[in-house]
Amino acid sequence: MRLRATPPRGNSSLRRIGAVATTVALVAAACGSDDDGASTSTDVAATADSITLVTYDSFPESDTSLNDALAEFSADTGIDVEILVAGDTGTMLSKASLTAGNPEGDVMWGIDNTLLSRAIADDVFEPYIAAPIADGSVEIAQEFLDLVPNGEATPVDYGDVCVNYDIGWFAERDLEPPTTFADLVDPAYAGQLVVQNPATSSPGLAFLLATIHEYGLEGWQDYWSQLGANGVEVVDGWTEAYYERFTWAGGGPTPMVVSYGSSPPAEVIFADPPRNDAPTGVIEDTCFRQVEFAGVLRGTDAPDASRQLVDFLVSERFQQELALNLFVYPTNQAVELPQEFIDFAVVPETSRSLDPAVIDAERSTWIDEWTELVLG
Amino acid sequence: MNAAAGDHPGLEVRDVTVSFAVPRAQGRADHDPSDRHLVLDQVSLSVRSGEIVALLGPSGSGKSTLLRVIAGIIVPDSGLVLLHGVDVTERPTHLRGVGMVFQDNQLFPHMSVLDNVAFGPKMAGIARAERAERAVSWLRRVGLAGFEDRRVTELSGGEAKRVALARTLAREPAVVLLDEPLTGLDRELHDRLAIELGALLRDANVTTLLVTHDHDEAATIADRTEQLAGLRP
Amino acid sequence: MNRLPRRLLIALAIGPTLGLVVFYAWPFITLVVEAVDATVIIDTLGRASTWEVVWFTAWQAVASTAVTIAVGLAPAYVLARYEFRGRTVIVGLLTAMFVLPTVVMGAAFLAMLPDSLDRTVWAVIGAHVVFNLAVVVRVVGSLWEHLPTDMEAAAATLGASRWKVATRISLPLVRPAVTAAATIVFLFTFTSYGVIRILAAPGTRTIEVEVWRRATQLGDIGGAAALALLQLAALIAIVSWSTIAQRRHAQAIGLLPTSARRRPRTAGERRFVTLVAGAALLVAAAPLVALVVRSFSTPTGWSTAAWTDLGQTEIRPGIRIGIDPVDAVVNSLINAAWATAFAVVIGALASLAIVGAGRAGRALDGGLMLPLATSAVTIGFGMLITFDTAPVDWRARWWLVPVGHALIAVPFVVRTCVGVLRSVDPAMGDAAATLGASPVRSWRATLVPYLWRPLAVGAALAAAISLGEFGATSFLSRSGSETMPIAIEQLLGRTGSVLQAQGFALATLLAATTVILVVIVERLQSPFTERPRR
Repeated sequence: MRLRATPPRGNSSLRRIGAVATTVALVAAACGSDDDGASTSTDVAATADSITLVTYDSFPESDTSLNDALAEFSADTGIDVEILVAGDTGTMLSKASLTAGNPEGDVMWGIDNTLLSRAIADDVFEPYIAAPIADGSVEIAQEFLDLVPNGEATPVDYGDVCVNYDIGWFAERDLEPPTTFADLVDPAYAGQLVVQNPATSSPGLAFLLATIHEYGLEGWQDYWSQLGANGVEVVDGWTEAYYERFTWAGGGPTPMVVSYGSSPPAEVIFADPPRNDAPTGVIEDTCFRQVEFAGVLRGTDAPDASRQLVDFLVSERFQQELALNLFVYPTNQAVELPQEFIDFAVVPETSRSLDPAVIDAERSTWIDEWTELVLG
Repeated sequence: MNAAAGDHPGLEVRDVTVSFAVPRAQGRADHDPSDRHLVLDQVSLSVRSGEIVALLGPSGSGKSTLLRVIAGIIVPDSGLVLLHGVDVTERPTHLRGVGMVFQDNQLFPHMSVLDNVAFGPKMAGIARAERAERAVSWLRRVGLAGFEDRRVTELSGGEAKRVALARTLAREPAVVLLDEPLTGLDRELHDRLAIELGALLRDANVTTLLVTHDHDEAATIADRTEQLAGLRP
Repeated sequence: MNRLPRRLLIALAIGPTLGLVVFYAWPFITLVVEAVDATVIIDTLGRASTWEVVWFTAWQAVASTAVTIAVGLAPAYVLARYEFRGRTVIVGLLTAMFVLPTVVMGAAFLAMLPDSLDRTVWAVIGAHVVFNLAVVVRVVGSLWEHLPTDMEAAAATLGASRWKVATRISLPLVRPAVTAAATIVFLFTFTSYGVIRILAAPGTRTIEVEVWRRATQLGDIGGAAALALLQLAALIAIVSWSTIAQRRHAQAIGLLPTSARRRPRTAGERRFVTLVAGAALLVAAAPLVALVVRSFSTPTGWSTAAWTDLGQTEIRPGIRIGIDPVDAVVNSLINAAWATAFAVVIGALASLAIVGAGRAGRALDGGLMLPLATSAVTIGFGMLITFDTAPVDWRARWWLVPVGHALIAVPFVVRTCVGVLRSVDPAMGDAAATLGASPVRSWRATLVPYLWRPLAVGAALAAAISLGEFGATSFLSRSGSETMPIAIEQLLGRTGSVLQAQGFALATLLAATTVILVVIVERLQSPFTERPRR
């Protein structure tokens, strides 16, 4: 074969040397340790002008009075707060576990009592209880503090996870809404309930725990088989279940959804046109107590600013916005609840709960079993 | 197979015309400007029942195409093919009863020698034992007794040719077509096989059309020789 | 060729070798260490769900493979044997389907199927079939193209009907190619991940998906690692079996040097060709058309909202889903640019080293191919659990995702380059030497100039791979820096039609980009000796 080989002329050898140099630089960058990372984390005095609040997906990113409160915090302290939405709580915690020590943000909002022990076991948090709680200037119930005996994180809100139903939907069909767990497996209510996957969602996990509380360690599997046979729908997160599948709030096909005891006031407050009765109801028998925490993520570049933000999260200024934005109860006892909340929120006489130690020991087994049973 | 023999010739070709579209990419330098390449132009030919006719012509003259038209592998643009007076122009190959030995044999590489020879009888629905018997007998007649279990890929050129012949004849076709059957064999083998082939075909009393470019071969095997160029009107 | 100085070869090989050791071998060893633990293994193998997942993985792969072969043989035959208008379009379209990112294929099927079939195993198998049709068409077809057509004619003269010819002659002859194609399809479907994540119900899991679920949702790193190794063992077993099977069925067939395609002649042939070609066209085009259509459809009618408001992911005032499609596009482009740069530099150095060095070159070649044989999920998972402690805590580094992509793309760059470099006549180097060039001079003059074109091909391939990569990315990407495939999966997982439409729009965009890149590859790949460029 005769080929006329005309090698590129001129500065091509220079270019080639350039390419080799680039490669060497890349390899060096890839293999060498990064010094500037170390220097910032030791330099505590450096003012972090921006920190990231990692949160679940029903936390508003903008446009609400909750965000206004955060803006005031920024104005006062010079610390900008970026909100990073990381899915429902289960997903958020999974990501946090895999990034423990090298977190996606600085402060995390929303890990609840059903998942807290996993967060602690995975070393997600830098232990911190908000200073105002520690020094007594903010008072919260002892039962919440008991959940974090070593001060791993700060209790910020609580509420009840309960099955909600669309009152109008049932009225139209002349059907009595269910009142107990047992009712939910009645064929009369077939295909009417949407729940969240307990592996990815904290209300989903809370609801699973509620059924375990009701039917016991040996009985809940059978109950869920019946729920499955009765056409229960499973989605990944609360936002999807409530705002996309629920007949009332999402225009979806399902008239019952696992949500919060405080969801009905939300429907009154945001009703358009305004109304003075709640369009949704709560099946009190199904309620499970949920306490949410905020914590400083281990490995943050801005530990001081992060602590300042946690302190702010339990302040009256911020806590008074929780009820109408996240539909949870503030832990700060000084905060007065809005009237609609008092009128329409359901606080069950007895809320279910399980021993945190038992939850911690059994959670992954339960989730596994549940997955086999309901999804498998 | 010779049921409708009567006075009709065993094989008759009337005014067969075949043209091919010349694919643009593979167009040869001398191709027709209309992009149709005329291969056979109103060719007519008649072979009496039991007669062996050799068709001579230079390579590329369309001899193989004519055989393919007779076998039904190629449908002619116009013209007729008749077997014992019956028009089979539109009949699919496998229902014509025309056997053909291909220039490069086309033995089935995934079958043994026996299965190759027994393939025709098998397609005709003959029971396993009988078709094996028939295949063995044909292998003996072409001088390949004991070759039954050989792989066809292990055969020499002469052996492969004999197997191809046995395979075609085992079907007991009304007409046999041979496409350059002895091309590519060495001289000695060629001459020996030519004599054997003539004897075998005469013995089987089968109507045969043989295509070749070799005058001596034609003279050795055939009763009559035709030039393709002489078959046009 | 004259021997190149050792020092030059070492300089060329050191980068690729180091990259391979740090980003492939080390994570792989970490994974093995995680998995090789008595309690982990006992737990994993003792769990009923493990075997259910293995069973599902296997049967859906077998079913997908069987259907792909059954559906693919007719178009393979028609496309190999007949010349007709639109033939190249169909071949191109089927090839395009094969190179589409898995999430796009999942999205396209989601778009095409009625709701009742979405999230079912039938949807998964359907997507696998369309995905892999090109494998059958290309692998089996290329054998059929070169088989003598006269063999079928010979069978017909012996009394075999069309059906008998097909079943007794045509199919048995291509059996080795069918086995090869089936193996490839089986491997792809056995390790299916993106399609399942998008198309299957939450409980329907292949081993790949279960690795992801255990690692990222349950935090069961050991269990996930054990499953990844279980899968690897299964893959090795399958490949070994297939190699043996293909050797056993190998047979000598006289192949034609050129293809024997011809126009259909009889009415029956024309009907057959039209029917098969039409069906193939429909099967390949329908999902893509559906994808585009769904990106423009809303419950209230046609709308370009998904395109114009891309990024509008508000569900309620202030509440968003945490994924910004526009950011995802930007992230993907940046990732792809870097991944391409890494892959091209490493690939070029490696190719020159492989061609220049003897046995050591072959070892490097084999090593760089390993990531191709390892599932992307395994690669991403291994990197995630390896680079998580100081001083190699690289989880938040911007380059981790591009490096993962480059690891998967380098084999393609190397294959394209080495093939071309090896075809350069070594006599040219000798000629240069006789003219007084030193080995390095003659190497630079005769070999290096031929690198640029295959390198451009490799770059386009690397960019396409990076843009569509989902398996490794689903482990390595962080909140706020999602890539297009991750965003597509998230958006399509939502039930809101606005979000879904945006998912389909994003998938359309990704599909178009991939197809354009692959067309560039095809254009560039014409042999370098053909027609000099002016």
